[in-house]
Amino acid sequence: MATVTLKPTKVPELMLEGYSITPDAFAGKTPAQIAALPAHEGKIHVTLGDFFEVSGNAGATAAETDIVIAGDCTRVKYIGSKMTAGTVKVNGNADMYVGGWMKGGKIHITGNVDSFCGMQMQGGEILIDGNAQNYVGCAYRGDWRGMKGGTIRIKGSAGNDIGTFMLGGTIIIEKDTFIHVSTHAEGGTVILKGDVEGRVGGQMVKGTIYVFGTIKFMMPGFKKVDRVELEVDGTKATFDHYIGDLGERHPKSKGKEIFADLYVKA
Amino acid sequence: MTSGEIIIKGGFVVDPTRKMEGDITDIAIKDGKIVDKVSSSAKVIDAKGKTVMAGGVDVHAHVAGPKVNVGRLFRPEDKLLSGVCRSAMAQKNGARMESGFSIPSTFKTGYDYARMGYAFVMEAAMPPLYSPHIHEEIHDTPIIDEGALPVFGNNWFVMDYLKKGEIENTAAYIAWLLNVTKGFGVKCVNPGGTAAWGWGLNCLSLDDVVPYFDTTPREIITGLLKANEYLGLPHSMHIHQNNLGNPGNYQLTIDSLKLAEGIKTKNKFGREQVMHSTHLQFHSYGGTGWGDFESKAKEVMDYVNKNKAITVDTGNVTLDETTTMTADGPFEHHLHSLNHLKWVNVDVEMETAAGVVPYVYDPNIKVCDIQWAIGLELALYAKDMNRIFLTTDHPNAGPFTRYPRVIKWLMSKKAREAVLDSFKHKDKVIDATTLHTIDRELTLYEIAQMTRSGPAKCLGMSNIYGGLAPGMNADVGIFDLNYKNMPSDPEKIEKAFQRAACFIKSGEIVVKDGEVLSRGHKKTVWVHVNMPENLQVKRDITQSFTKDYTVSLVNYPVRDYLAPHPFVLEVDVEA
Ligand SMILES: [Zn+2]
Repeated sequence: MATVTLKPTKVPELMLEGYSITPDAFAGKTPAQIAALPAHEGKIHVTLGDFFEVSGNAGATAAETDIVIAGDCTRVKYIGSKMTAGTVKVNGNADMYVGGWMKGGKIHITGNVDSFCGMQMQGGEILIDGNAQNYVGCAYRGDWRGMKGGTIRIKGSAGNDIGTFMLGGTIIIEKDTFIHVSTHAEGGTVILKGDVEGRVGGQMVKGTIYVFGTIKFMMPGFKKVDRVELEVDGTKATFDHYIGDLGERHPKSKGKEIFADLYVKA
Repeated sequence: MTSGEIIIKGGFVVDPTRKMEGDITDIAIKDGKIVDKVSSSAKVIDAKGKTVMAGGVDVHAHVAGPKVNVGRLFRPEDKLLSGVCRSAMAQKNGARMESGFSIPSTFKTGYDYARMGYAFVMEAAMPPLYSPHIHEEIHDTPIIDEGALPVFGNNWFVMDYLKKGEIENTAAYIAWLLNVTKGFGVKCVNPGGTAAWGWGLNCLSLDDVVPYFDTTPREIITGLLKANEYLGLPHSMHIHQNNLGNPGNYQLTIDSLKLAEGIKTKNKFGREQVMHSTHLQFHSYGGTGWGDFESKAKEVMDYVNKNKAITVDTGNVTLDETTTMTADGPFEHHLHSLNHLKWVNVDVEMETAAGVVPYVYDPNIKVCDIQWAIGLELALYAKDMNRIFLTTDHPNAGPFTRYPRVIKWLMSKKAREAVLDSFKHKDKVIDATTLHTIDRELTLYEIAQMTRSGPAKCLGMSNIYGGLAPGMNADVGIFDLNYKNMPSDPEKIEKAFQRAACFIKSGEIVVKDGEVLSRGHKKTVWVHVNMPENLQVKRDITQSFTKDYTVSLVNYPVRDYLAPHPFVLEVDVEA
């Protein structure tokens, strides 16, 4: 494995579109070539070298390339977006679209992230030590194809619209969330370790939600069917099992309607 | 318009209006027009080894108006990854941001058509009530000249007159509406069916009765054909037929086309057809359901080939993710219930309706592949290439930016076979279509007929667009294709037509090597009818605006300032 280190040298005046910060783009390049990779600050064409000091070496392929950003990226978007392999670590915060459309590899952000973390992700792992804003693992606004695979773990709290239009994969929020979880989902798993305000599973067709805390306002389209003992993310507990959203269309399998499952810790 | 003289030297000129099949000749330009000769100080453009054609003419696309805007608004995902990062040069040239794939922004629409060497585009469905907005949007679309066809097929006045067989009153109403909306001609979408949709119904045969209005698609189609010729408009009645997109609809399609028999064309614009039947691909389906869905392109084209009173356009499926939008409200509901994607439904009081639904033509789905084959079969079975035009019913069957790809498929059996071979359900597609048996490869001359001379003539503008004869608009595309030595790699055909080597619009160079250099001199083209006042129709209109419309009559017409670059075709109707 080879490690490339980016040291922030300047805070962008606007947000920096850091779409080139991926193991795929870095692979096989020298530090000088990496510094010359394109980026945008608003409509202005810039390079990564305008904002980072690049050192170390990239591997021959994305899988052999680790990227470490030694500093804060609060104003850098698209870190690790579309990456297929390798790792990215940010020692600090990151802006929107961390790991958006990601297909493989690992991203670790030690601080907080802004919105759209893991948007339309297909595979790989994202670990956020801090909090996430809205739209974790969601579809882009307007799109009906959300997260398909991979895992997102937020150790802190998250905002609204978690797993919108989710089709697969797993999202774990270890602290509290606000509203809209798995809206329109047709698959995937969301695990909420803390409390959630409401609108959990609205228009959900298929998929699974586990809530360890409380749901302040339950959706009327969910019906309690039984109580079960389960082990979820390494913790054993008793859950009330609901199905829904009863107001939504549901596919049939072997003549039986398939519903989304919501488990709330009893 | 620039008075600068230009001479395009040494290119292979392909111009069906003058039977030029790759003749090496110079094209001279002055004051925005093609001329016989220019002075020695003219700017010289070297076109040696390249193909020179007139600017393209698109007879049917949805490029402006409320449903296009609804598509833009409710599909942000269509813009996200399809924007173009303007180069530093484009920014310096003052080029605007470009975004959107199936429903591009107004700027991208103008630029992309210009990059492909297109000069004129017809917005194919203008809801009359919203015509002021459509003209504003057309004005916002750079470079290309545009017109718009108001929809009449479900209009309450039209249905009221035609149920009583009143052709003259229908014609007077059409004349009034064209004048106040600055419209170009008579569009008819799912006649009667869209009105029936107000009752949750549809008209799927020619004799289905429209609820309340007590008329039928047959009466509406025949009446509009007659009224169009009564007025002698530049374009013929332009129809999107009933029962679009359903298996087994081809028989209804042929029956509807037959309604053109016995109607005589009457106009001073060189137009020969009385009916233009649009996006024929969606209307050439056999089978009883999606399981035995099959092509009936041959059967439909056998009829079209026989009847000179008809022109058609293809509506090629391009196998892309796109956005469907039509005044065929019930069809969009039907589509939404098939694919469960988001759906917008709009009623336009007194006049029409519309729906919008995203759609993915997935190459892994058999039906989509059969649709793809049907669109190509139509063109390859055509005998008179001046009566069949290239469209994708943009964006319904695919975005207009795929025309170069469709041209590639039409010109290369090798390219078609490569697509067929890539299909998961290739055998089933072959069972349901005949494309694989067709060896025909269209020539550049035939492509020029389908995209230039043919549509221009069909729109009654053959002396303005679609050719390179002296006196015509100086809209000239130069494409990197050697007429005498065409590339064996079909991809090069697509590439050449995607980005013209040079495009001159109204005598000004607007595109060079695929880069847009200028916003050009766009014009809005409409038809103005001069005819004696019809007191009954005048009274009916006044009464209806007092009683039914939410706007008053004085606020209805399109103000002149909304279409500041007019090019008006005058039509005189004698008493
Ligand atoms: Zn259309």
